[in-house]
Amino acid sequence: MSLALDLFTVVAVVLGAFFFLAGTVGLLRFPDSLSRLHALTKADNLGLGLIVLGLLPQATSLLGVLKLVAIWGLVQLSGATVAQVVASAIRRRQDPPS
Amino acid sequence: MTVLDLLDTGLAVLVLAVAAWTIVARSNFAAVIGFMTYGLLLSLVWARIAALDVAITEAAIGSGVTGLLLIGAAVRLRALEKSDTAGQVGGLGRVGAAVLSVLVVVALAAVFLSAEGQGPSLAPEAARHLPQFGLGNPITAVLMAYRAIDTMLEKVVLILAVIGVWSLAPDGAWGGAPANLSLAEPDPALVYLARVLPPFGIVVSIYIAWVGASEPGGAFQGGALLAAMALVVLMARLAPAPEVGRLWLRLVIVSGPVTFLAVGLLGFAIATGFLAYPTAYAKALILFIEAFMVLSIAAMLPLLVLGPPKVPGGRA
Amino acid sequence: MTATTLAGLTGAALIGLGLYGVLVNVHALRKILAFNLIGSGVFLVFGLVARRGAVAGFAADPVPQAMVITGIVVAFSATALAIGLLLRLHERRVEDAAAESDNRSDNKSDKT
Repeated sequence: MSLALDLFTVVAVVLGAFFFLAGTVGLLRFPDSLSRLHALTKADNLGLGLIVLGLLPQATSLLGVLKLVAIWGLVQLSGATVAQVVASAIRRRQDPPS
Repeated sequence: MTVLDLLDTGLAVLVLAVAAWTIVARSNFAAVIGFMTYGLLLSLVWARIAALDVAITEAAIGSGVTGLLLIGAAVRLRALEKSDTAGQVGGLGRVGAAVLSVLVVVALAAVFLSAEGQGPSLAPEAARHLPQFGLGNPITAVLMAYRAIDTMLEKVVLILAVIGVWSLAPDGAWGGAPANLSLAEPDPALVYLARVLPPFGIVVSIYIAWVGASEPGGAFQGGALLAAMALVVLMARLAPAPEVGRLWLRLVIVSGPVTFLAVGLLGFAIATGFLAYPTAYAKALILFIEAFMVLSIAAMLPLLVLGPPKVPGGRA
Repeated sequence: MTATTLAGLTGAALIGLGLYGVLVNVHALRKILAFNLIGSGVFLVFGLVARRGAVAGFAADPVPQAMVITGIVVAFSATALAIGLLLRLHERRVEDAAAESDNRSDNKSDKT
């Protein structure tokens, strides 16, 4: 049983790391700021979700599980806010208000 | 070479690369962003050498609040100077500086690599007296019990920095309010975050300060998190920057050191000397002091980020 | 090479990098950044000393780590004061330059 859980952890964390890598490749290769922002936000959120999912079987208590899920929720909230603020700043720079 | 060795080597290379980028970047803003990233990576290095309290402090204060301060400075300087680039000294000066730096690094590295193995340690001494204070975290014991006077004087240093920053105000603005943190109208998403996040942040910061008695955490880390919540609210302009002449603000700022001093003087009456705790009430007294420390740190850090008053206030 | 020695060497390299940055950069904000790099390098060296003192079932010696926590807070307050001074200095420079150009244009209009 613990072997299956460990295998699940390894697979999920590797997938999450792969999504983080994909987001970074998007940051380096996409042509303009808005598409780079899109790649970073989507891929990093998915990557973090998979990593948290993979770490859940390793938690030793219910409090640990709740803490992991809370971390995921808080990072999503702040990541989404930052993406919105950066995007509106890019927009303001591209077409300045008349 | 194990996987952990690979991780450590990669982390060290990454930290040095980002630090080098901070030095040689042309734009001030890019250098400041690099510094914030460097701080977060550094807290990972701290976690790897079994210093979890330091890792939390580095991430919160060393990278978070310092980064906010530096970003504000870079943006204001860019507006003042109308340019963002920074130059470097000429060729010969650069060569001389490089030679000096390499010499220093080689000398330090030689010292570290030559003294391998166990070093002198105060850990047994620290461990021996832990049960007397009812604490489980030796770092909190060092900060609040063994070297409590250092921590108290450090709070006074923070107050001195706040006074120093306030003294930079123009004459007309003495006792007034600092300029707003955000230069433009705040984005609605940021306002939403400033409404939703602070309740969680307050609970987590109280938890970190409370649990620091037995696990990694403590008053500085909790206070830094509470200060971050105050900064988010200030950035979203949900509350105006407070006038520095207000009595409540000044009372909150001094509450930390004054409580520390009062408990220390009480030690003459109920225990063996200055800043000595009676064994029965030791943990309660320490948590009492830490509560006020958290409040004053949470007030002082945003004030240091906001800067000197700019807008004339009611009274001086 | 253990994590501890690697961290100590990283600290030494950071001190060197920060020293180079303080000497080579012209702008005061970059000097402040480089000074912070020196500071965090010194703190890493403290961490090395703390880890080497791992006895009595502890993972590290707590005293240097407590000193580092104190040091991080003090470094932040020093940086805040330095940034305040820097911003005020630049504001005064801009004000003085504006006053200079006002005086010069007044003198020119007086002459005509």
